[in-house]
Amino acid sequence: MTVQPAKRITDIGPPHYEKFLHPVIKKNYGQWRYHESPAPGVLCHVAESGDRIYTVRAGSPRLLSIHSIRLFADLADKYSGGYLRFTSRNNVEFLLDNPDNIEPLKKELLANNFPVGGTNNSISNIVHTQGWVHCHSSATDASGIVKAVMDALCDRFTNENLPAKLRIALACCLNMCGAVHCSDIAILGIHRRPPKIRHDVLPKICEIPTLIASCPTGAIRPATVEGKQSVEVINEQCMFCGNCYTVCPALPMNDPENDGLSIWVGGKVSNARSAPKFSKLAIPFIPNNPPRWPEVVDAVVNIVNVYAQHARKFERMGEWIERIGWPRFFKLTGIEFTRYHIDDFKNAGLTYARSAHLQY
Amino acid sequence: MADNGKPKTDQLDQLESGPWPSFVTEIKKAAETNPVCNDLLGQLELSYEEKKGHWKHGGIVGVLGYGGGVIGRYSDVPEQFPQVAHFHTIRINHPSGWFYTSDALRTLCDIWERHGSGLTNMHGSTGDIIFLGTRTEELEPVFKELTENGFDLGGSGSCMRTPSCCVGQARCEWANYDTMAMCNQITHDYQDELHRPPFPYKFKVKFAGCPNDCVASIARADLSVIGTWKDNIQQDAAAVAEYAAGGLDIQKDVCDRCPGKCMDWDGSNLVIRNGECVHCMHCINVMPKALRPGKEKGAVLLLGSKAPIVQGALLSSVLVPFVPAEELLDTLKELIGRVWEFWDEHGKNRERVGELIQRVGMASFLDAIGLDPVPEMVSAPRDNPYIFFQAEDTK
Repeated sequence: MTVQPAKRITDIGPPHYEKFLHPVIKKNYGQWRYHESPAPGVLCHVAESGDRIYTVRAGSPRLLSIHSIRLFADLADKYSGGYLRFTSRNNVEFLLDNPDNIEPLKKELLANNFPVGGTNNSISNIVHTQGWVHCHSSATDASGIVKAVMDALCDRFTNENLPAKLRIALACCLNMCGAVHCSDIAILGIHRRPPKIRHDVLPKICEIPTLIASCPTGAIRPATVEGKQSVEVINEQCMFCGNCYTVCPALPMNDPENDGLSIWVGGKVSNARSAPKFSKLAIPFIPNNPPRWPEVVDAVVNIVNVYAQHARKFERMGEWIERIGWPRFFKLTGIEFTRYHIDDFKNAGLTYARSAHLQY
Repeated sequence: MADNGKPKTDQLDQLESGPWPSFVTEIKKAAETNPVCNDLLGQLELSYEEKKGHWKHGGIVGVLGYGGGVIGRYSDVPEQFPQVAHFHTIRINHPSGWFYTSDALRTLCDIWERHGSGLTNMHGSTGDIIFLGTRTEELEPVFKELTENGFDLGGSGSCMRTPSCCVGQARCEWANYDTMAMCNQITHDYQDELHRPPFPYKFKVKFAGCPNDCVASIARADLSVIGTWKDNIQQDAAAVAEYAAGGLDIQKDVCDRCPGKCMDWDGSNLVIRNGECVHCMHCINVMPKALRPGKEKGAVLLLGSKAPIVQGALLSSVLVPFVPAEELLDTLKELIGRVWEFWDEHGKNRERVGELIQRVGMASFLDAIGLDPVPEMVSAPRDNPYIFFQAEDTK
């Protein structure tokens, strides 16, 4: 008799969420009436039935060891019946039916260095990418800058003292696997020099037509180098997006002296009040300065502080800037306006000032 | 394999102080039980010294029968850090709303302790649970254990990426449709497209229950499904008065901030002209006890958002202004089918749906998917006279 191999399980999809729902959530699913915010990092949702579920939200570094996840599991067992979830901004949330457990849970989270906050008009966790921890195309690290910036802004996470919510995101290259292009403040890793071409390996590992087609500005053209088929880059046409490197490893972009960060402001995804909008360039370049990137931290803290001081209640960063105008934004923040701030890509003219509405 | 032991990490050590939780501490914790993480620390310290990454361009690795879900990752200094010579990422499709029980998390941790570095992201940008760092030969065993425990891989490459959604009706009074059910259903209905990349490039779907858009669908999903309502905002006059009595300046903080200017406050009564409401959520956000979305619930479907690569960033734009909640699943599947068919045929390599629409024109796209143009699709009609009149519209 031959032993049949066990059937290989595939295409089962994710587990059904229902089995992970707190009984109070299951019972009141779709029947929530309103919510209150008893304290920073704590929410209370009240159902039509009168039932209440309390949420305690804590920040995480996103990069979590199984040891910390097990700690969260133990805390959930102790305080929230074993029920917890994560947010779209990498916070962990414990779902409690007993309000008496809120304070002891907060205390244990804090004792383990997980700050409680991130609700309402605070700075929530920074959405970010892999950086040097795990990515091949990064122009900078992600986790290190996030750690340094959040260290400086932790009080803004644990308090709700801003005019409106403030969302920061970081992507370590233009691929933006953490799409940062609609954030109140975006920190974006950038390259500033064209790719170096490794003619020795290029014909062996890349399809040249695909490579040529990958360039959004048509800066790559075929060339014969030392008798071998390869490509050349028209440097003046390169805007350092790195798309060629994504399709062809023989065009590395990494350049320690020239890679660094740019800062963008005023984007949002929510439709509240004003329409969703893109973040716009504030600072074109800050060099990489590990391990704590002090220039980036100072730049972000400065923008946050100027915004906190000048924006009116409920104004998001972009709404505030639109009210006061970009010239005043640059004046108030002390950020230098340069030639790099004026768009010269497609449809650039749309961002030129096309009126005489000026403030003096 | 050579064991380098605990590396010297002068730079990374500086990221362990301060009030925010430290990823370096997390890696060090993992290193206590798995020496692989020592080499990760060593290589990362080298990156901090040299200001450059040390991971090679991906490689094709995966599990049998799937074309995605695993991102190949190799060190470019494997002689120096042999334990991270292979350090592949595994994406695991998270449950809708990122809800877990402690037992489910422990199961995942145990699997990852047996087969990988013990490092994760909770969660990745698209929403997946990320297992960070393992060797090629561990991929099948980890996949086997995951599926035996009810988990499956997420998407990568030119596929339907793992859909995600906001917390929705599980814990939010503003969800205008069941985001978690919809996300779960669509994920299960397109398992083949998720695991076996069939498209010119990635396709993301995100489900937000209201226009606050807590999953950033309008910026980050090719198909953005945003809950909204058609009838009147539900209003509790007594609760409005309570907010006013509690010190909320309803004129200044609510009425004056309304983009539709559809609210009047005379000091005791709030009048909403619902026909002029643009459904932005501001008043409801400010007075959650007093105001709620209406009862005729559904969603607006928007298409095309993406990050900059290749032709520039896009926000999704309106395709279907309103779909009643009860018709949402069928409408979505019909629409997804038609969009994919057109994209399959006309999309270029690495061209997202939004970029394809920019290239061929929205009108041609609408013709192809069989949708009539409506004014809700534009912020304004065209302001240039270069109209591609069609021959059949002329004599």
